[in-house]
Amino acid sequence: MLRIARRGIVVAACLALVAASSACSDEAPSSSGGGSAASVPGVTDTEITLGTHMPLTGPAAAGYSKISPATKAYFDYVNANGGVHGRKIKYLVEDDGYNPANTQTLVRKLVLEDKVFAILNGLGTPTHTGVLDFLKTQKVPDLFVASGSRSWNQPEKYPTTFGFQPDYTVEGKIIADFVKKTYPGKVVCHMGQDDDFGRDSLAGVEQVLGADGIKERQKYVTSNTNITPQIQAFKAAGCEVVISATIPAFTALSIGTAAKLGGFKPQWVPSSVGADYTTLSGLLGEGKVLLEGLVAPGYLPVSTDASNPWVQLYQKVNKEFNGNAPFDNNIMFGMTVGYLTVQVLLKAGKDITRENLIAAVESGGFKNAAVGPYRFSASDHSGIGGMQMGRVTGGVQAAFGPVVQTDDGAGPVQEYTEAPATPTQNGIPAA
Amino acid sequence: MSATNEKTATTEKTLPVRPARSPISRLIPPRRTRPGRGSTLLRHLLWVAVGAVAVYFVSYGIDPFRNYQLATVAAYLCVTAGLTMLTGLNGQLSLGHGALMACGAYTVALAQNEFGDRGVLGAWRLPVSLLLGVLVAALAGALIGVCAARLRGPYLAGVTLAVALVVPAFTTRFAGLFNADQGLSVYVDPAPAALGPYFPPERWQAWIAIGAAMLSLLIVANLVNSRFGRAFKAVRDDEVAAKLAGIHVARTQVLAFVVSAGCAGLGGGVLAVISQSVSPSVFGLTLSLNLLLAIVLGGLGSLFGAAWGALLLVLLPYLTTEVTRGLSLSPGLANKLEGNLPLAIFGLTLIIVMLVAPGGIQDAFRALGRTIRRRA
Repeated sequence: MLRIARRGIVVAACLALVAASSACSDEAPSSSGGGSAASVPGVTDTEITLGTHMPLTGPAAAGYSKISPATKAYFDYVNANGGVHGRKIKYLVEDDGYNPANTQTLVRKLVLEDKVFAILNGLGTPTHTGVLDFLKTQKVPDLFVASGSRSWNQPEKYPTTFGFQPDYTVEGKIIADFVKKTYPGKVVCHMGQDDDFGRDSLAGVEQVLGADGIKERQKYVTSNTNITPQIQAFKAAGCEVVISATIPAFTALSIGTAAKLGGFKPQWVPSSVGADYTTLSGLLGEGKVLLEGLVAPGYLPVSTDASNPWVQLYQKVNKEFNGNAPFDNNIMFGMTVGYLTVQVLLKAGKDITRENLIAAVESGGFKNAAVGPYRFSASDHSGIGGMQMGRVTGGVQAAFGPVVQTDDGAGPVQEYTEAPATPTQNGIPAA
Repeated sequence: MSATNEKTATTEKTLPVRPARSPISRLIPPRRTRPGRGSTLLRHLLWVAVGAVAVYFVSYGIDPFRNYQLATVAAYLCVTAGLTMLTGLNGQLSLGHGALMACGAYTVALAQNEFGDRGVLGAWRLPVSLLLGVLVAALAGALIGVCAARLRGPYLAGVTLAVALVVPAFTTRFAGLFNADQGLSVYVDPAPAALGPYFPPERWQAWIAIGAAMLSLLIVANLVNSRFGRAFKAVRDDEVAAKLAGIHVARTQVLAFVVSAGCAGLGGGVLAVISQSVSPSVFGLTLSLNLLLAIVLGGLGSLFGAAWGALLLVLLPYLTTEVTRGLSLSPGLANKLEGNLPLAIFGLTLIIVMLVAPGGIQDAFRALGRTIRRRA
C-alpha cells in the first residue's frame, strides 16, 4: 500500500510539472473581423485552404466520388493562372464513406487541426446534417452543400451555411409540373429515400399534384439493397409514371428490378441527383438499354452537349488537370462548384475574412454554368432555383424545353427567360 | 497447460458438441498474477485518481481536435474494457457489441431530446440519460446473455452477429422514432459557464468521456479481481470443472454478458454525446468487428490491452489517412486510389501486427519488459 502511495505521489508530482509548463488559460480567439489576413484561419499571403467531406468509398461513391477531383482540378487550373488575388487555393478532401460518424470526426479534423478557411461542398444530407451545429459554433463558412435538403437554407439558425443545387422540394414541384403537363391522366407514384431527400421531394410533388395525385408511395434506405418489395408494390398499383428521389445506385437498382419483374416498365422520372446517364449506364452495364427514354431535370448543361461553351471549358480543364477522367455530369457539378467558389472568393476581396466571405455570398448575383438563377441573399441561403428537363435518346442525354423556376412554398412553376451566361475568355471569373 | 489439454481431449469424446475449453483461450497470453496487497478497491481507486488527474492535465495541454480524439478513445475504452472481460476472461465471443452501443446511444439521444423538448433544466440530465442508456443496454445484454449461455463457439457468434445486423433494420422499421438512416441529433448542454467563455467544448466532452471510461474500468477491474472474476475464468477454462467446483455456469455467463453490455451502453451513450448525433451506420457490423479486432490487437483479457485497442480504433484510420495524404500522386492515379489506399494500409498494418505480436500489443510490451529485466 505504502509503495503504491509513494508511486502515486511521484506520478502526481510529474504531472504537476507538466501542467505548470503548459498554459492553463483559454484565450479569446484573436481579432475576429477586420483583422489582417494573418489572423484568419486557413488564409496566408499565398494560400487559401478549403476542406470537404466526400463519399469516395461506400454506397454513395458511384458517380459522386468524381466530384471533388473535378473541383480540385478546376482550382489547380485557376492556381496555374495566378490564383485568386495572388493566393493559391488548396483543397483538402476527406473520405467519409457516406457514414455520418466519419463525417463528424473528419470535419472536426478539417476545422480544428487543418484549420481550413471554409468547408466547401460537403456531400450528403445525413452526413452533413450532423455537422451543422459544430460549424455554426466555430463560425466556419459552410459553402454550397452538395445536397438539396432544405436544412441548408436556415439563415437565422445556421448563418454560415449555404446550399448549392435546387432543393428537393423545388425539384419535386418542377418534376410534378412536367409530369402533370406531359402525362395527363396517368397513374403517378413516388419512390423516395427515407430521409429529408425523399420527404422534401414528396412534399414538392404533392404541392403540385395534390396528396391524392399520387397512387403509391414507397421508401428505401441505402443500407438495404433489396428493393423488390417496393417495386412490386408499384407494379401492383399499376403505376405508369414513377417519380423517384433516389441516389444513382438506387435509380439503377429500381429500373433494373422493375425490368426483372416481368416487363414492368413505367416512365421513370428520377431526381437530378440520381440521373446522370454515364453513372447509371456504368451501374446497369448490359441493361443500359433500359435507360432509353429516361426523363430527368437538370440544373447544369448536360455533359454530352459538346456545343455548350461551359462543357468545352470543363473538358479542357479535365484533360489538363484531372487525368482526363471520363467526362460526365459529376464533373460538370464539381467544376461549377469550383467556378462559383472562385467567383465568391474574388468578390470577398483581397483582405478576405470569414465574415466578408459570408457577406460576399449573400450579396448574390452570381452567373455561371447553372441554367437558373442563384437565389443567395441575406434572407435566402438556398442555391440554384431553376431547372430544365432532359431526356435520354439513343444513349445520349440532352436537355429540352424551357428553363423553369419556382420556390419551395406554394409559388407557381414559371419560365425563366434570362439568357444563359457564358464563361470568360480564359475560363476564370473576372474580379 | 498441456496436461489439461489432454484431459479435455478425453472429455470431448463424451461431449462432442461442447468443447469444454474455449478456442479463444489460445489467443490469451499466459499471465503471472501477483497477489495484490491491501484492499483491491482502494488500489484501483488510487489508479483511477492518478489516471483522472493525468488526463485532466493532458486535456489542457492539447488542442481541441486532440481532445475530441481523446474523448472518442475514452468512449471506445468503455466498450473494449467490458468486451475484453467478456471475451478474454469469460470466453464468450460477441459480434454484437456495436448493437449494444446503439442501444445506449439511441436511449441517450431520445432522453436528452425529451428533456430538451420538455424544458427540463439541470446538470443532472446528462448523467440520468447516460444511466438510462446503460440500463437499456444491460437489459438487451441480459436477453442476449440468456440465449448466449445456451450456445457455444460459432453458434454464439452467429446469434450476436444477428443482433449486430438487426440495428439498421430496426431503425428503418420504426422510422418515426429513430428517423431511419439519417438518425437523430442529440441535444447536449454546452460546458458549464463557470469554466469561462472560451472553454473549448471538446475539452468538456473529453472530461465527460474520461469520467465514463474511468468508471467502467474501475467496475470491470474490481469485478475481475473478485470472486466473480475467478468464476469467469474458471468457466472459460473448463466448464465441467467449474460446475464441479460449485459454480453456476449459465448464471456466470449471463452476469458477464450483462456487465459487458452495460459498459457498451455507456460507451455508446458517450459517443452519442461527443458527436451530438446518432445514426445506424455508425453502429453497423463494421464497428462490432472493429471492437473485437481492437481487443485482440491490444491484448485479449487485459485492461491495458483494452486501452491499446481503443487507442488503435481512433489512431489507425487517422494515421493511414495522414500517410496517404503525404504521398504526391498524379491526378489519374489519385482518382483511382483516393479512399482505397487508407483501407489497404489499415489491413496491412493489422496483418503485420498479428504476425509480429500474436499476443497483442500489451503482451509484446510485457515480453519486452521481461527481456530488459533479464538483461539488467
